[in-house]
Amino acid sequence: MIALGEHAEFIFAAYAGVFVGLGLLIGWIVYDSRRVRARLETLGDKRG
Amino acid sequence: MSGFLGVLRRDLRLSFSGGGEVLTLVLFFIIVGAIVPFAIGPDRALLASIAPGIIWIAAFLAMLLGLDRLFRPDRDDGTLALYRMADMSMAGVVAAKVIAHWLTAALPLILASPFLAMILAMDGPTFWRTVLSLLLGTPALAAFGAFGAAITVAIRRGGLLAPILIAPLCVPVLIFGVGAIAPLGGPDQASSAMLFLAALSLMSLALSPFAAALAIDWGEE
Amino acid sequence: MSIDDTPKMSWWNRLAHPGQFLAWTRPLIWPLAGVTTALYLLGLWFAFFNSPADYQMGDTVRIMYVHVPTAWLSQFVYAAMAVSALGTLVWRHPLADVSMKAAAPLGAAFTAMALFTGSMWGRPTWGTFWEWDGRMTSTLILLFIYLGIVALWRAFDDQLRAARVVAVFTLVGAVNVPIIKFSVDWWSTLHQPASVFRADGPTMPGSLLTPLFVMFFAFTLLFVTLQLLAMHTEIRRRRLVTLERRAARGDTL
Repeated sequence: MIALGEHAEFIFAAYAGVFVGLGLLIGWIVYDSRRVRARLETLGDKRG
Repeated sequence: MSGFLGVLRRDLRLSFSGGGEVLTLVLFFIIVGAIVPFAIGPDRALLASIAPGIIWIAAFLAMLLGLDRLFRPDRDDGTLALYRMADMSMAGVVAAKVIAHWLTAALPLILASPFLAMILAMDGPTFWRTVLSLLLGTPALAAFGAFGAAITVAIRRGGLLAPILIAPLCVPVLIFGVGAIAPLGGPDQASSAMLFLAALSLMSLALSPFAAALAIDWGEE
Repeated sequence: MSIDDTPKMSWWNRLAHPGQFLAWTRPLIWPLAGVTTALYLLGLWFAFFNSPADYQMGDTVRIMYVHVPTAWLSQFVYAAMAVSALGTLVWRHPLADVSMKAAAPLGAAFTAMALFTGSMWGRPTWGTFWEWDGRMTSTLILLFIYLGIVALWRAFDDQLRAARVVAVFTLVGAVNVPIIKFSVDWWSTLHQPASVFRADGPTMPGSLLTPLFVMFFAFTLLFVTLQLLAMHTEIRRRRLVTLERRAARGDTL
Protein backbone atom coordinates (compact mmCIF):
# COMPACT_ATOMS: atom_id res chain seq x y z
CA MET A 1 0.00 0.00 0.00
CA ILE A 2 1.29 3.41 -0.87
CA ALA A 3 1.20 6.30 1.57
CA LEU A 4 -1.94 8.31 1.09
CA GLY A 5 -0.66 11.64 2.34
CA GLU A 6 -2.31 13.94 4.84
CA HIS A 7 -5.90 13.19 3.89
CA ALA A 8 -5.71 9.41 4.16
CA GLU A 9 -8.65 9.16 6.56
CA PHE A 10 -11.02 10.84 4.12
CA ILE A 11 -9.91 8.66 1.22
CA PHE A 12 -10.26 5.59 3.39
CA ALA A 13 -13.68 6.72 4.67
CA ALA A 14 -14.94 7.36 1.13
CA TYR A 15 -13.92 3.89 -0.08
CA ALA A 16 -15.13 2.18 3.09
CA GLY A 17 -18.46 3.99 2.91
CA VAL A 18 -19.01 3.12 -0.73
CA PHE A 19 -18.10 -0.54 -0.29
CA VAL A 20 -20.19 -0.93 2.85
CA GLY A 21 -23.06 0.71 0.95
CA LEU A 22 -22.56 -1.58 -2.04
CA GLY A 23 -22.39 -4.58 0.30
CA LEU A 24 -25.67 -3.63 1.93
CA LEU A 25 -27.27 -3.04 -1.48
CA ILE A 26 -26.08 -6.39 -2.88
CA GLY A 27 -27.02 -8.15 0.34
CA TRP A 28 -30.52 -6.72 0.33
CA ILE A 29 -31.13 -7.60 -3.33
CA VAL A 30 -29.80 -11.14 -2.93
CA TYR A 31 -31.78 -11.62 0.30
CA ASP A 32 -34.95 -10.36 -1.37
CA SER A 33 -34.37 -12.71 -4.32
CA ARG A 34 -33.78 -15.72 -2.07
CA ARG A 35 -36.84 -14.97 0.03
CA VAL A 36 -39.18 -14.64 -2.94
CA ARG A 37 -37.82 -17.83 -4.52
CA ALA A 38 -38.21 -19.76 -1.29
CA ARG A 39 -41.82 -18.65 -0.94
CA LEU A 40 -42.48 -19.58 -4.56
CA GLU A 41 -41.08 -23.02 -3.90
CA THR A 42 -43.30 -23.61 -0.88
CA LEU A 43 -46.26 -22.77 -3.09
CA GLY A 44 -45.07 -25.46 -5.48
CA ASP A 45 -44.22 -23.32 -8.48
CA LYS A 46 -42.17 -25.29 -10.95
CA ARG A 47 -40.90 -22.51 -13.17
CA GLY A 48 -38.40 -21.14 -10.66
CA MET B 1 -66.29 25.92 -22.17
CA SER B 2 -69.46 25.82 -20.09
CA GLY B 3 -68.23 22.65 -18.43
CA PHE B 4 -64.95 24.38 -17.61
CA LEU B 5 -66.78 27.33 -16.02
CA GLY B 6 -69.09 24.91 -14.22
CA VAL B 7 -66.18 23.07 -12.57
CA LEU B 8 -64.57 26.38 -11.68
CA ARG B 9 -67.76 27.77 -10.16
CA ARG B 10 -68.44 24.58 -8.24
CA ASP B 11 -64.95 24.49 -6.70
CA LEU B 12 -65.05 28.16 -5.76
CA ARG B 13 -68.46 27.82 -4.17
CA LEU B 14 -67.42 24.73 -2.22
CA SER B 15 -64.27 26.25 -0.78
CA PHE B 16 -65.81 29.60 0.12
CA SER B 17 -68.91 28.13 1.72
CA GLY B 18 -67.46 24.98 3.22
CA GLY B 19 -66.43 25.79 6.77
CA GLY B 20 -63.93 28.59 6.15
CA GLU B 21 -61.07 26.50 4.77
CA VAL B 22 -59.73 29.56 2.99
CA LEU B 23 -59.50 31.47 6.25
CA THR B 24 -57.72 28.54 7.93
CA LEU B 25 -55.11 28.53 5.18
CA VAL B 26 -54.56 32.30 5.49
CA LEU B 27 -54.25 31.91 9.24
CA PHE B 28 -51.67 29.16 8.78
CA PHE B 29 -49.69 31.39 6.40
CA ILE B 30 -49.68 34.29 8.87
CA ILE B 31 -48.82 32.12 11.87
CA VAL B 32 -45.88 30.48 10.09
CA GLY B 33 -44.56 33.94 9.16
CA ALA B 34 -45.17 35.33 12.63
CA ILE B 35 -43.52 32.44 14.44
CA VAL B 36 -40.15 32.91 12.75
CA PRO B 37 -39.14 35.99 14.83
CA PHE B 38 -39.59 33.91 17.97
CA ALA B 39 -37.03 31.43 16.68
CA ILE B 40 -34.64 34.00 15.26
CA GLY B 41 -35.00 36.98 17.57
CA PRO B 42 -36.59 40.38 17.07
CA ASP B 43 -33.60 41.91 15.27
CA ARG B 44 -35.29 44.16 12.68
CA ALA B 45 -32.34 44.33 10.29
CA LEU B 46 -31.95 40.53 10.24
CA LEU B 47 -35.70 39.99 9.85
CA ALA B 48 -35.90 42.48 7.00
CA SER B 49 -33.11 40.69 5.16
CA ILE B 50 -34.74 37.26 5.40
CA ALA B 51 -38.37 38.41 5.13
CA PRO B 52 -38.78 37.54 1.40
CA GLY B 53 -37.61 34.01 2.11
CA ILE B 54 -39.94 33.67 5.08
CA ILE B 55 -42.97 34.86 3.12
CA TRP B 56 -42.16 32.47 0.27
CA ILE B 57 -41.67 29.51 2.60
CA ALA B 58 -44.92 30.32 4.41
CA ALA B 59 -46.82 30.53 1.11
CA PHE B 60 -45.15 27.32 -0.11
CA LEU B 61 -46.14 25.39 3.04
CA ALA B 62 -49.68 26.80 3.05
CA MET B 63 -50.19 25.77 -0.57
CA LEU B 64 -48.80 22.27 0.04
CA LEU B 65 -51.12 21.94 3.03
CA GLY B 66 -54.16 22.68 0.89
CA LEU B 67 -53.35 20.02 -1.71
CA ASP B 68 -55.29 17.16 -0.21
CA ARG B 69 -58.65 18.84 -0.71
CA LEU B 70 -58.01 19.32 -4.44
CA PHE B 71 -59.14 15.90 -5.73
CA ARG B 72 -59.77 13.72 -2.68
CA PRO B 73 -63.24 15.01 -1.71
CA ASP B 74 -64.26 14.68 -5.37
CA ARG B 75 -63.01 11.13 -5.46
CA ASP B 76 -64.70 10.21 -2.18
CA ASP B 77 -68.14 11.47 -3.23
CA GLY B 78 -67.88 10.09 -6.76
CA THR B 79 -67.62 13.41 -8.61
CA LEU B 80 -64.26 12.43 -10.06
CA ALA B 81 -65.77 9.33 -11.66
CA LEU B 82 -68.49 11.52 -13.17
CA TYR B 83 -65.88 13.93 -14.53
CA ARG B 84 -64.12 11.03 -16.19
CA MET B 85 -67.35 9.98 -17.90
CA ALA B 86 -68.20 13.51 -19.04
CA ASP B 87 -67.49 14.43 -22.65
CA MET B 88 -65.20 17.19 -21.39
CA SER B 89 -61.55 16.13 -21.31
CA MET B 90 -59.98 15.43 -17.93
CA ALA B 91 -57.26 17.99 -18.69
CA GLY B 92 -59.92 20.68 -18.92
CA VAL B 93 -61.30 19.67 -15.53
CA VAL B 94 -57.83 19.76 -14.01
CA ALA B 95 -57.14 23.18 -15.57
CA ALA B 96 -60.34 24.55 -14.03
CA LYS B 97 -59.37 23.06 -10.68
CA VAL B 98 -55.86 24.56 -10.88
CA ILE B 99 -57.38 28.00 -11.43
CA ALA B 100 -59.83 27.47 -8.58
CA HIS B 101 -56.99 26.26 -6.37
CA TRP B 102 -54.97 29.38 -7.17
CA LEU B 103 -57.93 31.66 -6.48
CA THR B 104 -58.70 30.01 -3.13
CA ALA B 105 -55.25 29.03 -1.87
CA ALA B 106 -52.84 31.56 -3.37
CA LEU B 107 -54.68 34.82 -3.92
CA PRO B 108 -55.85 35.08 -0.27
CA LEU B 109 -52.24 34.57 0.85
CA ILE B 110 -51.05 37.37 -1.41
CA LEU B 111 -53.80 39.62 -0.04
CA ALA B 112 -52.65 38.76 3.49
CA SER B 113 -48.96 39.30 2.78
CA PRO B 114 -48.94 43.06 3.68
CA PHE B 115 -49.51 42.07 7.29
CA LEU B 116 -46.48 39.74 7.27
CA ALA B 117 -44.42 42.36 5.43
CA MET B 118 -45.24 44.84 8.17
CA ILE B 119 -44.36 42.66 11.15
CA LEU B 120 -41.20 41.42 9.40
CA ALA B 121 -40.00 45.01 8.88
CA MET B 122 -39.97 44.93 5.08
CA ASP B 123 -39.50 48.21 3.23
CA GLY B 124 -41.89 49.46 0.55
CA PRO B 125 -40.08 48.58 -2.70
CA THR B 126 -39.17 45.09 -1.43
CA PHE B 127 -42.78 44.53 -0.47
CA TRP B 128 -44.03 45.38 -3.96
CA ARG B 129 -41.45 43.10 -5.51
CA THR B 130 -42.59 40.35 -3.14
CA VAL B 131 -46.21 40.77 -4.21
CA LEU B 132 -45.18 40.72 -7.85
CA SER B 133 -43.02 37.59 -7.46
CA LEU B 134 -45.80 35.83 -5.52
CA LEU B 135 -48.28 36.72 -8.26
CA LEU B 136 -45.94 35.33 -10.89
CA GLY B 137 -44.73 32.29 -8.95
CA THR B 138 -47.79 30.90 -7.15
CA PRO B 139 -49.46 29.73 -10.40
CA ALA B 140 -46.52 27.35 -10.85
CA LEU B 141 -46.94 26.13 -7.26
CA ALA B 142 -50.65 25.58 -7.91
CA ALA B 143 -49.92 23.69 -11.12
CA PHE B 144 -47.26 21.44 -9.56
CA GLY B 145 -49.51 20.98 -6.55
CA ALA B 146 -52.41 19.83 -8.70
CA PHE B 147 -50.09 17.34 -10.37
CA GLY B 148 -48.95 16.01 -6.99
CA ALA B 149 -52.53 15.72 -5.78
CA ALA B 150 -53.49 13.88 -8.98
CA ILE B 151 -50.62 11.42 -8.57
CA THR B 152 -51.63 10.51 -5.04
CA VAL B 153 -55.41 10.65 -5.34
CA ALA B 154 -55.71 6.89 -5.89
CA ILE B 155 -53.76 6.15 -2.70
CA ARG B 156 -55.90 5.94 0.38
CA ARG B 157 -53.24 7.23 2.73
CA GLY B 158 -51.56 9.57 0.28
CA GLY B 159 -52.01 12.79 2.22
CA LEU B 160 -48.38 13.36 3.17
CA LEU B 161 -46.97 11.84 0.00
CA ALA B 162 -47.97 14.66 -2.35
CA PRO B 163 -45.92 17.37 -0.57
CA ILE B 164 -42.90 15.04 -0.43
CA LEU B 165 -43.12 14.34 -4.16
CA ILE B 166 -43.77 17.92 -5.18
CA ALA B 167 -41.37 19.85 -2.93
CA PRO B 168 -38.20 18.85 -4.88
CA LEU B 169 -39.88 19.80 -8.15
CA CYS B 170 -40.78 23.21 -6.72
CA VAL B 171 -37.18 24.14 -5.88
CA PRO B 172 -36.77 26.26 -9.05
CA VAL B 173 -39.93 28.19 -8.19
CA LEU B 174 -38.56 29.02 -4.74
CA ILE B 175 -35.14 29.92 -6.12
CA PHE B 176 -36.43 32.29 -8.76
CA GLY B 177 -39.24 33.55 -6.52
CA VAL B 178 -36.86 34.70 -3.81
CA GLY B 179 -34.21 35.65 -6.37
CA ALA B 180 -36.67 38.04 -7.96
CA ILE B 181 -37.12 39.88 -4.67
CA ALA B 182 -33.73 40.09 -3.00
CA PRO B 183 -31.33 41.31 -5.65
CA LEU B 184 -28.17 39.66 -4.36
CA GLY B 185 -26.68 39.85 -7.82
CA GLY B 186 -28.01 43.32 -8.52
CA PRO B 187 -31.21 44.45 -10.25
CA ASP B 188 -30.29 42.73 -13.51
CA GLN B 189 -30.30 39.32 -11.83
CA ALA B 190 -33.59 40.09 -10.10
CA SER B 191 -35.38 40.98 -13.31
CA SER B 192 -34.02 37.91 -15.10
CA ALA B 193 -35.24 35.82 -12.14
CA MET B 194 -38.66 37.44 -12.58
CA LEU B 195 -38.67 36.38 -16.24
CA PHE B 196 -37.60 32.82 -15.39
CA LEU B 197 -40.36 32.71 -12.80
CA ALA B 198 -42.96 33.80 -15.34
CA ALA B 199 -41.65 31.23 -17.83
CA LEU B 200 -41.87 28.48 -15.19
CA SER B 201 -45.43 29.43 -14.34
CA LEU B 202 -46.55 29.51 -17.95
CA MET B 203 -44.88 26.21 -18.76
CA SER B 204 -46.18 24.37 -15.70
CA LEU B 205 -49.68 25.80 -16.17
CA ALA B 206 -49.71 24.63 -19.78
CA LEU B 207 -48.31 21.13 -19.14
CA SER B 208 -49.48 20.06 -15.70
CA PRO B 209 -53.20 19.67 -16.54
CA PHE B 210 -52.27 17.05 -19.15
CA ALA B 211 -49.86 15.22 -16.85
CA ALA B 212 -52.34 15.35 -13.98
CA ALA B 213 -55.19 14.11 -16.20
CA LEU B 214 -52.99 11.24 -17.37
CA ALA B 215 -52.19 10.30 -13.78
CA ILE B 216 -55.85 10.41 -12.74
CA ASP B 217 -57.04 8.39 -15.74
CA TRP B 218 -54.43 5.69 -15.28
CA GLY B 219 -54.56 5.67 -11.52
CA GLU B 220 -58.31 5.09 -11.51
CA GLU B 221 -58.48 2.47 -14.25
CA MET C 1 -40.71 -27.41 -50.32
CA SER C 2 -42.85 -26.27 -47.47
CA ILE C 3 -42.73 -22.77 -46.23
CA ASP C 4 -42.66 -22.27 -42.51
CA ASP C 5 -45.27 -19.64 -41.91
CA THR C 6 -45.75 -19.99 -38.18
CA PRO C 7 -45.35 -16.56 -36.64
CA LYS C 8 -41.88 -16.14 -35.18
CA MET C 9 -41.44 -14.20 -32.01
CA SER C 10 -39.19 -11.23 -32.57
CA TRP C 11 -36.56 -10.57 -29.90
CA TRP C 12 -38.72 -7.66 -28.76
CA ASN C 13 -41.75 -9.85 -28.17
CA ARG C 14 -39.63 -12.49 -26.61
CA LEU C 15 -38.26 -9.91 -24.18
CA ALA C 16 -41.79 -8.72 -23.49
CA HIS C 17 -42.74 -12.07 -22.03
CA PRO C 18 -41.60 -12.15 -18.41
CA GLY C 19 -41.03 -15.90 -18.36
CA GLN C 20 -38.94 -15.76 -21.54
CA PHE C 21 -37.02 -12.83 -20.15
CA LEU C 22 -36.23 -14.83 -17.02
CA ALA C 23 -35.05 -17.81 -19.03
CA TRP C 24 -32.97 -15.67 -21.35
CA THR C 25 -31.20 -13.47 -18.85
CA ARG C 26 -30.76 -15.85 -15.93
CA PRO C 27 -27.55 -17.37 -17.32
CA LEU C 28 -26.11 -13.85 -17.59
CA ILE C 29 -26.10 -13.13 -13.88
CA TRP C 30 -23.09 -15.17 -12.76
CA PRO C 31 -20.77 -14.15 -15.64
CA LEU C 32 -21.74 -10.54 -15.11
CA ALA C 33 -21.06 -10.83 -11.39
CA GLY C 34 -17.67 -12.38 -12.14
CA VAL C 35 -16.61 -9.68 -14.59
CA THR C 36 -17.81 -6.98 -12.19
CA THR C 37 -15.78 -8.42 -9.32
CA ALA C 38 -12.68 -8.66 -11.50
CA LEU C 39 -13.12 -5.07 -12.63
CA TYR C 40 -13.49 -3.89 -9.04
CA LEU C 41 -10.32 -5.68 -7.99
CA LEU C 42 -8.43 -4.27 -10.97
CA GLY C 43 -9.86 -0.81 -10.30
CA LEU C 44 -8.87 -0.89 -6.65
CA TRP C 45 -5.38 -2.03 -7.56
CA PHE C 46 -5.02 0.83 -10.02
CA ALA C 47 -6.55 3.32 -7.61
CA PHE C 48 -4.24 2.57 -4.71
CA PHE C 49 -1.07 1.02 -6.14
CA ASN C 50 -0.70 2.02 -9.74
CA SER C 51 -1.68 5.64 -10.11
CA PRO C 52 0.12 8.82 -9.10
CA ALA C 53 -1.26 11.58 -6.92
CA ASP C 54 -2.64 14.53 -8.80
CA TYR C 55 -0.30 17.53 -8.88
CA GLN C 56 -3.12 19.79 -7.73
CA MET C 57 -5.49 17.66 -5.68
CA GLY C 58 -2.84 15.37 -4.24
CA ASP C 59 -4.01 11.99 -3.03
CA THR C 60 -7.62 13.10 -2.65
CA VAL C 61 -7.92 12.54 -6.41
CA ARG C 62 -8.29 8.86 -5.49
CA ILE C 63 -11.75 9.64 -4.09
CA MET C 64 -12.73 10.62 -7.64
CA TYR C 65 -12.42 6.97 -8.72
CA VAL C 66 -15.49 6.11 -6.63
CA HIS C 67 -17.14 9.51 -6.80
CA VAL C 68 -17.33 10.03 -10.57
CA PRO C 69 -18.83 6.58 -11.34
CA THR C 70 -21.51 6.90 -8.64
CA ALA C 71 -22.34 10.44 -9.76
CA TRP C 72 -22.63 9.19 -13.35
CA LEU C 73 -24.86 6.33 -12.24
CA SER C 74 -27.10 8.69 -10.26
CA GLN C 75 -28.04 10.31 -13.59
CA PHE C 76 -27.80 7.23 -15.79
CA VAL C 77 -30.21 5.26 -13.60
CA TYR C 78 -32.70 8.10 -13.81
CA ALA C 79 -32.36 8.10 -17.60
CA ALA C 80 -32.94 4.33 -17.59
CA MET C 81 -36.01 4.84 -15.43
CA ALA C 82 -37.34 7.55 -17.75
CA VAL C 83 -36.89 5.28 -20.79
CA SER C 84 -38.70 2.49 -18.92
CA ALA C 85 -41.45 4.95 -18.02
CA LEU C 86 -41.88 5.70 -21.73
CA GLY C 87 -42.02 1.95 -22.32
CA THR C 88 -44.81 1.68 -19.75
CA LEU C 89 -46.84 4.59 -21.08
CA VAL C 90 -46.33 4.32 -24.83
CA TRP C 91 -45.78 0.64 -25.57
CA ARG C 92 -47.27 -0.81 -22.39
CA HIS C 93 -44.27 -3.11 -22.31
CA PRO C 94 -44.82 -5.42 -19.33
CA LEU C 95 -41.13 -5.50 -18.45
CA ALA C 96 -40.84 -1.71 -18.42
CA ASP C 97 -42.86 -1.61 -15.17
CA VAL C 98 -40.57 -4.18 -13.64
CA SER C 99 -37.42 -2.38 -14.76
CA MET C 100 -38.71 0.95 -13.45
CA LYS C 101 -39.46 -0.53 -10.07
CA ALA C 102 -36.13 -2.33 -9.80
CA ALA C 103 -34.10 0.76 -10.75
CA ALA C 104 -35.55 3.23 -8.22
CA PRO C 105 -33.84 1.97 -5.03
CA LEU C 106 -30.60 1.34 -6.96
CA GLY C 107 -30.60 4.92 -8.21
CA ALA C 108 -31.29 6.23 -4.73
CA ALA C 109 -28.39 4.18 -3.33
CA PHE C 110 -25.91 5.36 -5.98
CA THR C 111 -27.01 8.97 -5.53
CA ALA C 112 -26.50 8.70 -1.78
CA MET C 113 -23.01 7.26 -2.39
CA ALA C 114 -22.19 10.09 -4.80
CA LEU C 115 -23.17 12.61 -2.14
CA PHE C 116 -21.18 10.78 0.52
CA THR C 117 -18.00 10.53 -1.52
CA GLY C 118 -18.48 14.12 -2.66
CA SER C 119 -18.54 15.32 0.91
CA MET C 120 -15.53 13.14 1.80
CA TRP C 121 -13.70 14.86 -1.05
CA GLY C 122 -15.06 18.28 -0.09
CA ARG C 123 -13.78 18.19 3.48
CA PRO C 124 -10.06 18.21 2.60
CA THR C 125 -10.56 20.32 -0.55
CA TRP C 126 -13.09 22.94 0.49
CA GLY C 127 -12.69 22.54 4.25
CA THR C 128 -16.33 21.59 4.75
CA PHE C 129 -18.39 18.43 4.41
CA TRP C 130 -21.21 20.26 2.72
CA GLU C 131 -21.00 23.15 0.32
CA TRP C 132 -24.11 24.61 -1.31
CA ASP C 133 -22.51 24.28 -4.68
CA GLY C 134 -24.63 23.69 -7.77
CA ARG C 135 -23.52 20.13 -8.37
CA MET C 136 -24.01 18.86 -4.81
CA THR C 137 -27.29 20.68 -4.34
CA SER C 138 -28.88 19.32 -7.49
CA THR C 139 -27.66 15.81 -6.61
CA LEU C 140 -29.35 16.18 -3.23
CA ILE C 141 -32.61 17.17 -4.90
CA LEU C 142 -32.24 14.21 -7.25
CA LEU C 143 -31.92 11.97 -4.18
CA PHE C 144 -35.18 13.43 -2.84
CA ILE C 145 -36.89 12.68 -6.15
CA TYR C 146 -35.61 9.07 -6.09
CA LEU C 147 -36.82 8.60 -2.51
CA GLY C 148 -40.19 10.10 -3.46
CA ILE C 149 -40.50 7.58 -6.30
CA VAL C 150 -39.64 4.69 -3.96
CA ALA C 151 -42.25 5.97 -1.49
CA LEU C 152 -44.82 6.24 -4.29
CA TRP C 153 -44.20 2.63 -5.35
CA ARG C 154 -44.66 1.43 -1.80
CA ALA C 155 -47.87 3.40 -1.28
CA PHE C 156 -49.82 1.49 -3.94
CA ASP C 157 -51.26 -1.96 -3.36
CA ASP C 158 -51.98 -2.64 -7.02
CA GLN C 159 -48.62 -2.69 -8.80
CA LEU C 160 -50.00 -2.36 -12.32
CA ARG C 161 -51.80 0.83 -11.43
CA ALA C 162 -48.74 2.04 -9.51
CA ALA C 163 -46.54 1.52 -12.57
CA ARG C 164 -48.53 3.90 -14.73
CA VAL C 165 -48.78 6.61 -12.08
CA VAL C 166 -45.08 6.32 -11.22
CA ALA C 167 -44.26 6.48 -14.94
CA VAL C 168 -46.08 9.80 -15.27
CA PHE C 169 -44.22 11.15 -12.24
CA THR C 170 -40.87 9.86 -13.49
CA LEU C 171 -41.32 11.60 -16.84
CA VAL C 172 -42.41 14.87 -15.23
CA GLY C 173 -39.33 14.56 -13.00
CA ALA C 174 -37.17 13.95 -16.08
CA VAL C 175 -38.47 17.18 -17.61
CA ASN C 176 -37.84 18.97 -14.33
CA VAL C 177 -34.34 17.75 -13.54
CA PRO C 178 -32.63 20.01 -16.14
CA ILE C 179 -34.70 22.97 -14.92
CA ILE C 180 -33.71 22.23 -11.33
CA LYS C 181 -30.07 21.92 -12.38
CA PHE C 182 -30.21 25.24 -14.21
CA SER C 183 -31.95 27.06 -11.36
CA VAL C 184 -29.58 25.68 -8.73
CA ASP C 185 -26.54 26.66 -10.80
CA TRP C 186 -27.97 30.15 -11.21
CA TRP C 187 -28.63 30.35 -7.48
CA SER C 188 -25.25 29.08 -6.32
CA THR C 189 -23.23 31.37 -8.59
CA LEU C 190 -25.33 34.23 -7.25
CA HIS C 191 -24.54 33.46 -3.64
CA GLN C 192 -20.88 32.55 -3.93
CA PRO C 193 -17.77 34.10 -5.28
CA ALA C 194 -16.39 32.16 -8.22
CA SER C 195 -13.43 30.90 -6.19
CA VAL C 196 -14.97 27.49 -5.60
CA PHE C 197 -12.84 24.77 -7.01
CA ARG C 198 -14.44 23.09 -9.99
CA ALA C 199 -14.13 19.32 -10.09
CA ASP C 200 -13.92 19.17 -13.86
CA GLY C 201 -11.57 22.13 -14.15
CA PRO C 202 -8.15 20.63 -14.70
CA THR C 203 -7.94 18.03 -17.40
CA MET C 204 -6.68 14.74 -16.07
CA PRO C 205 -3.58 13.05 -17.40
CA GLY C 206 -3.88 9.50 -18.71
CA SER C 207 -2.41 7.83 -15.65
CA LEU C 208 -5.39 9.07 -13.67
CA LEU C 209 -7.89 8.18 -16.38
CA THR C 210 -7.10 4.45 -16.37
CA PRO C 211 -8.41 3.75 -12.82
CA LEU C 212 -11.31 6.07 -13.49
CA PHE C 213 -12.37 4.11 -16.56
CA VAL C 214 -11.96 0.73 -14.89
CA MET C 215 -14.02 1.84 -11.91
CA PHE C 216 -16.56 3.43 -14.23
CA PHE C 217 -17.15 0.12 -16.00
CA ALA C 218 -17.12 -1.79 -12.73
CA PHE C 219 -19.88 0.39 -11.27
CA THR C 220 -21.93 0.38 -14.45
CA LEU C 221 -21.73 -3.41 -14.77
CA LEU C 222 -22.61 -3.74 -11.11
CA PHE C 223 -25.72 -1.69 -11.78
CA VAL C 224 -26.61 -3.89 -14.77
CA THR C 225 -26.15 -7.05 -12.70
CA LEU C 226 -28.18 -5.80 -9.75
CA GLN C 227 -30.86 -4.42 -12.03
CA LEU C 228 -31.24 -7.82 -13.75
CA LEU C 229 -31.38 -9.63 -10.41
CA ALA C 230 -33.89 -7.17 -8.97
CA MET C 231 -36.03 -7.49 -12.11
CA HIS C 232 -36.01 -11.28 -11.78
CA THR C 233 -37.09 -10.94 -8.16
CA GLU C 234 -39.87 -8.54 -9.11
CA ILE C 235 -41.16 -10.89 -11.84
CA ARG C 236 -41.15 -13.78 -9.37
CA ARG C 237 -42.83 -11.62 -6.72
CA ARG C 238 -45.70 -10.86 -9.10
CA ARG C 239 -46.09 -14.54 -9.85
CA LEU C 240 -46.03 -15.18 -6.11
CA VAL C 241 -48.82 -12.66 -5.51
CA THR C 242 -50.96 -14.32 -8.20
CA LEU C 243 -50.30 -17.78 -6.76
CA GLU C 244 -51.04 -16.65 -3.22
CA ARG C 245 -54.29 -15.09 -4.34
CA ARG C 246 -55.24 -18.28 -6.12
CA ALA C 247 -54.34 -20.33 -3.07
CA ALA C 248 -56.39 -18.02 -0.87
CA ARG C 249 -59.38 -18.58 -3.12
CA GLY C 250 -58.94 -22.30 -2.59
CA ASP C 251 -58.20 -23.20 -6.21
CA THR C 252 -55.98 -26.14 -6.92
CA LEU C 253 -52.60 -25.01 -8.13
